[in-house]
Amino acid sequence: MDVANANVDIPNQASLISQLIRLGDDHLVLGHRLSEWCGHAPMLEEDLAMPNIALDLLGQARALYTYAGSLENKGRDEDAIAYNRLEHEYTNLLICERPNGDFAHTMLRQLFFSCFMHQYWQQALSSTDENIAAIAGKAVKESDYHVRHTAQWVIRLGDGTDESAQRSLDAVQQLAPYVNELFETDDIAAACAVNKVLPGPSSIEAGWNVQMSDILEQAKLPMPEYQMGQSGGRQGRHTESMGYLLAELQFLQRSYPNMQW
Amino acid sequence: MYSQGLNGQNLDVNETPEFLAAFQARIDADEKIEPNDPMPAAYRKTLIRQIGQHAHSEIVGMLPEANWITRAPTLRRKTALLAKVQDEGGHGLYLYSAAETLGVSREAMTEELLSGKAKYSSIFNYPTLSWADMGAIGWLVDGAAIMNQVPLCRCSYGPYARAMIRVCKEESFHQRQGYELMISLCNGTAAQKAMAQDSLNRWWWPSLMMFGPSDSDSQHSDQSTAWKIKRFTNDELRQKFVDATVKQADHLGLSIPDPDLVWNETKNDGQGGYDFGDIDWDEFWKVVKGHGPMNKDRIAARKQAWEEGAWVREAALAYAEKQKQQTAQQVTA
Repeated sequence: MDVANANVDIPNQASLISQLIRLGDDHLVLGHRLSEWCGHAPMLEEDLAMPNIALDLLGQARALYTYAGSLENKGRDEDAIAYNRLEHEYTNLLICERPNGDFAHTMLRQLFFSCFMHQYWQQALSSTDENIAAIAGKAVKESDYHVRHTAQWVIRLGDGTDESAQRSLDAVQQLAPYVNELFETDDIAAACAVNKVLPGPSSIEAGWNVQMSDILEQAKLPMPEYQMGQSGGRQGRHTESMGYLLAELQFLQRSYPNMQW
Repeated sequence: MYSQGLNGQNLDVNETPEFLAAFQARIDADEKIEPNDPMPAAYRKTLIRQIGQHAHSEIVGMLPEANWITRAPTLRRKTALLAKVQDEGGHGLYLYSAAETLGVSREAMTEELLSGKAKYSSIFNYPTLSWADMGAIGWLVDGAAIMNQVPLCRCSYGPYARAMIRVCKEESFHQRQGYELMISLCNGTAAQKAMAQDSLNRWWWPSLMMFGPSDSDSQHSDQSTAWKIKRFTNDELRQKFVDATVKQADHLGLSIPDPDLVWNETKNDGQGGYDFGDIDWDEFWKVVKGHGPMNKDRIAARKQAWEEGAWVREAALAYAEKQKQQTAQQVTA
């Protein structure tokens, strides 16, 4: 990727690096959660589909970290960013780190996130930063599939049996507090939106609501009431489960530091 | 739920001497036997057992490697491992589909796995204790699997032979990927190299056991060879594996944990080959009979996934049924 980006001035560049790492963290952490299912899915087809989505998410994380590292120009590669930070330095959305729960929970979490990201990447296609537009070009196709796959499951489960409907309703209620954070736009996110380098998260909310209410209506599920939601991921304040996730993720890099693998 | 139709024909064949001779003549002429062809019941049964066992091995084989996905040391290694485990799931899927062409359902095969009636490769009953095991499994376990499986691309049963072509290509990639991982460790620090050696020490003998009992003790070989389901004996394949792998270990600078390993010029019709020490057949049979370090954990994990997934499968069926009824109502309205 092109390291220099003449269009971005220095304060905005710091914001852009932070925002790229935030997005990278979302994809890394959710990819990690999804990969926990590998070998344990409800059917063989899902043992192929979930790793597929996880692979896409990890690929997007790699592209985002690599670009952030090149803008930062301090010698951090994708792995230095992905592995060598303290918990409060990870700035993913809380929804991405929530434990998998059951299959209904995992599918709905993915749908909430992918529906957001798909619209985000669609806007980012016209980014004034050509590297971001290129990342979006690939990611928009992948996230389109993620939305389709997970929406089909959310509908099937919501309108399947009594048990699957109840589990789906539980998932809506459990995940609702983590939706609001998707749309939060702080100074860093806003700075990146000024020159249309990255979409502002709040600009996605209306479109997300339209698409989600269509899907959830087909699933016979209510919309999540998310206005009283949780927040803090973007500032590095996590839920209790994050430390365990990082303990696994970082295990080898912590036990055997500074080695080539 | 999954069983493919076999055009509804009766699978019973009157196995007269003439029929059996004609069937054997087709095999001898290297014709492929296809799903709707008449075949002896024992041929069908052997293939169902073998393909099912192979499919189960792929599925159970996802577990030891999935054990390290969340702990992989770099993003490149993590994506490679995740993709590899996904490939194994894919192999399971083709193989179950190949077995279904013989008139058995995936569900029935799964139930046999979970009840302990159907076997899977014993190698997966060993634990993965370090990151180096991800390399050793690719290098040794996939390497041994390739030795076993490449000849199956010419197996007399068409669907199995065709499935194996793709499986072998992917396995070959996995084998090289595993070896490349071992190279990185062996070129790394002393701690990394020690991790690699420890892994070789633990996986070497179980890998040799993957070829099955010695020819003198194998139950299934003779008839399978006549039917061209099996093309080489267990001992022949094991020897090929040892001869290929020792040089690879030398290249890594690792020691094969066998004090009796020695080059023998007279082996392989004078081309030379390695003599190697005795396999611990007591250990082999112990693991085959369900008493290996991980047998109970592996089946428990598969059972848990199957049982906890039941409501998902039921919901998918219920939803499909509702959709079907709705479409029918729309048509009649």
